[in-house]
Amino acid sequence: MSEAVLQTVGLHKHFGALRVAHNIHFSLERGARHALIGPNGAGKTTFINLITGVLSPTSGRISLEGEDITDLGQAERSRLGIARTFQINQLFRGLTVLENVSLAIAERMGIAGGMFKPLSAYNHVTDEAIALLEDFDLGSEALRRIDELPYGRQRLVEIVIALGQKPSVLLLDEPAAGIPSSESQHILDAANALSGDITVLVIEHDMEIVFRIADYITVMVSGEIFTQGTPAEVAADERVRAVYLGQAHHV
Amino acid sequence: MAFTGVMAEHPTVTPNSTRGFFRSRQRLKWWEGLPWVLAVSAFFVLPDYMAFGTQVLITIIFALSLDLIVGFAGVVTLGHAAYFGVGAYAAGMVSAHLGWTEPISALLLAGVIAALVGLVSGAVLLRYHGLTLLMLTLATAICLQEFANVNEDVTGGFDGLIGISFKPLLGMFEYDLWGHTYYWYSLVVLLLVFVGVRIVMNSPFGMSLIGIRENTDRMHAIGTPVYKRLVTVYTLSAGLAGVAGALFAESNAYVTLDVLSFARSGTILIILILGGVGRLYGAFVGAVVYMVLEDELAKMSPEFWEFGVGLVLVLTVMFAQGGLIGLFDRLRKYIGGAPT
Amino acid sequence: MSQLSNVVVSIIFDGLAYAMILFIISVGLSVTMGLMGFVNLAHGVFAMAGGYFMTSLMSQIGVPFIPALLLAAIAVGIVSVVFERVFYAPLYKAGELDQVLLCIGLVFMATASFTYVFGPDPVTIKVPEELRGQLDLGFRRFPTYRVFMIGTGLLMALGIWYGFEKTMIGARVRAAVDNPMMAQSVGINVDRLFRFTFALGSGLAALGGGLAVDILGLSPSFAIQYLVLFLIVVAVGGLGTIKGAFVAALILGVIDNGGKYLWPEGGAFFIYVIAIVVLLLRPNGLYGRHG
Repeated sequence: MSEAVLQTVGLHKHFGALRVAHNIHFSLERGARHALIGPNGAGKTTFINLITGVLSPTSGRISLEGEDITDLGQAERSRLGIARTFQINQLFRGLTVLENVSLAIAERMGIAGGMFKPLSAYNHVTDEAIALLEDFDLGSEALRRIDELPYGRQRLVEIVIALGQKPSVLLLDEPAAGIPSSESQHILDAANALSGDITVLVIEHDMEIVFRIADYITVMVSGEIFTQGTPAEVAADERVRAVYLGQAHHV
Repeated sequence: MAFTGVMAEHPTVTPNSTRGFFRSRQRLKWWEGLPWVLAVSAFFVLPDYMAFGTQVLITIIFALSLDLIVGFAGVVTLGHAAYFGVGAYAAGMVSAHLGWTEPISALLLAGVIAALVGLVSGAVLLRYHGLTLLMLTLATAICLQEFANVNEDVTGGFDGLIGISFKPLLGMFEYDLWGHTYYWYSLVVLLLVFVGVRIVMNSPFGMSLIGIRENTDRMHAIGTPVYKRLVTVYTLSAGLAGVAGALFAESNAYVTLDVLSFARSGTILIILILGGVGRLYGAFVGAVVYMVLEDELAKMSPEFWEFGVGLVLVLTVMFAQGGLIGLFDRLRKYIGGAPT
Repeated sequence: MSQLSNVVVSIIFDGLAYAMILFIISVGLSVTMGLMGFVNLAHGVFAMAGGYFMTSLMSQIGVPFIPALLLAAIAVGIVSVVFERVFYAPLYKAGELDQVLLCIGLVFMATASFTYVFGPDPVTIKVPEELRGQLDLGFRRFPTYRVFMIGTGLLMALGIWYGFEKTMIGARVRAAVDNPMMAQSVGINVDRLFRFTFALGSGLAALGGGLAVDILGLSPSFAIQYLVLFLIVVAVGGLGTIKGAFVAALILGVIDNGGKYLWPEGGAFFIYVIAIVVLLLRPNGLYGRHG
């Protein structure tokens, strides 16, 4: 039984009377391909924001590799090995693909604060960026500005930036969001190509992707964990279907 | 590598130019020599305008300092005159009150003091953003101005600080009535400042500032200590503004309260935006164009000048994003078809 | 009354009159900035335009004070819509820098234009008989015009507050300030609402400008002179709140007035110190909700 690389204990978050996360006990196993699903507004992105430090919990603790990270800021958690992608691309739109990825790599290498040597002197940054881009079939577009790329390619860059951080835990927030299903194959391939050293938590609505990536699924509803289990178990669970159908009725 | 890299069906073709991207960007281009050639030739072509030329050079240094924080880091401030003023008064006061007459050391001292003030104020203010930060920088500068006004025995108050005099530069270059010495002095200072700024902006630090400007959330997520970077560049920016202020005090031998004014903060912001932010050379273009136009048009009619400036600003915002340098870029792309 | 209490009462009284003007001019700015997030440094131009239009009506055509005031307010409100469509609307998505620059440009153009048409010297108006002189309020006599100012200001504050809190349209504005996307999805036409509030805010500014002529004086440098002050009132009060604008105007108006009276050399200091302290502790202003 592999151990938990990321854990939350009794995580609560409310904004006044609005409760967006309630008593979340969550455990992410090392090397897992863990999916987080649930109807809209279930609090999945909020949960990611709590883990990464964008939001501070009202109560509860978060630990990474056994160390309590609850009081650490975003940047510090990132340097400890947590990387995330955003549901809507958060890229440097006016910069080239190469620059986007280089920023992440330079930061990870700890040289991003260097003020006196030109960036071009840091060959290892550029080399690693190019190698990473080539692995994702983005090499030929390395010098193109982000806002010149189709949205699907941008979404791929979003993932590559996160990988540039060489994370041990990768949180993907709806990686296929905004991409026509005909192109989501690339995202799927990218996710599957990730090495076993990285632990992955994916939020996704596209069930096809979920069932092809995940080895374990957590269902979240109204800020709470509704149920958890293997894909087969969750697929067979009547209550899960009801929760989603109930959602459909409201529309 | 953390992935198997079996994604590509068609092997990717990374052009060799990719590897040299950062190097080619940082390499000196031929046209970068132009401003300096022009500055030097101005001495011979327009010898009667050297006093004016000195003020233009000082303005360029001031605008460059602002470009670091506004253009590169994307932090809009309406109070940068605070640091210009601190530098001006520092240099002025060591001369007028302490009898210090060595100009270069006074310049450096002023820069350091301004940088310290920048460090303290930046550390407090840069925890805020947007309109809040804008108002805080504005209010801080005005408070500093009022403070200087109140302490008139030290600063000269409304009447200004007089009794400033410096001995010849390096003991050799006498000051002449035509401002020649100060022109070269300012030009050398500008060159040194520019070289320093260019080095820092081409470094990883410089690129991370651009990242902070373009998408602060993303920078947090990739592990950037955003606040620390901002305070660092703000301190540097304040120090350089102080150097410009010191040159102002030395060259004019007179400092008044308007070195700290909102008008000065606003004007330098306008100059920078007019020239083009985040490009370093925008400071050169903006300062020269603005001050030459002001000198020519304001003489004819102040309202005409004011209206003209306003119109140019409005037109720049609506049609010429990226200022005059942006226009040059677009012109070059149109003619040559080559990317910058 | 004793000497000291006399002085205190005078300061508070004058400060109140000043605060009412600040409120009337700034309230529109607060709401529009809260709605669109647009840093409108040029708001003072509408106040200035209102003042000049009113004085022109009075001196050229002989229109009496109150009607001229109202006409000016309405006219400026209408013209402001054109301004908004032509200059502001294209820049809502643009960065802060561009917005600041545009507004500074407009202020310069307006200031230069008014200087050209009206000359650089301050204009004066002849306030109607009924409002001149002093009013005996029992314990003391006060300048009638200032009493009128305070009374008008309080009535307007009440009226604006009522409109904001109790009417349908006020509710829509509040919803849109709070969450524009949600408001849009619930069927509120945020764009049209914004144009309406912009016109109303500009009209109010014009009204304030007209009322201010007798107290603050009116010259073409008005917009630039008071630019910082209006922004401070809005930032300290909080964007998009009537109550915030009122309280901030009250505090800043009384203290600015008192500060300058008690300490002529450095009195202007106080409002900036207050602004800094408030913003450091409450970045969104006293009553603001989102930044």
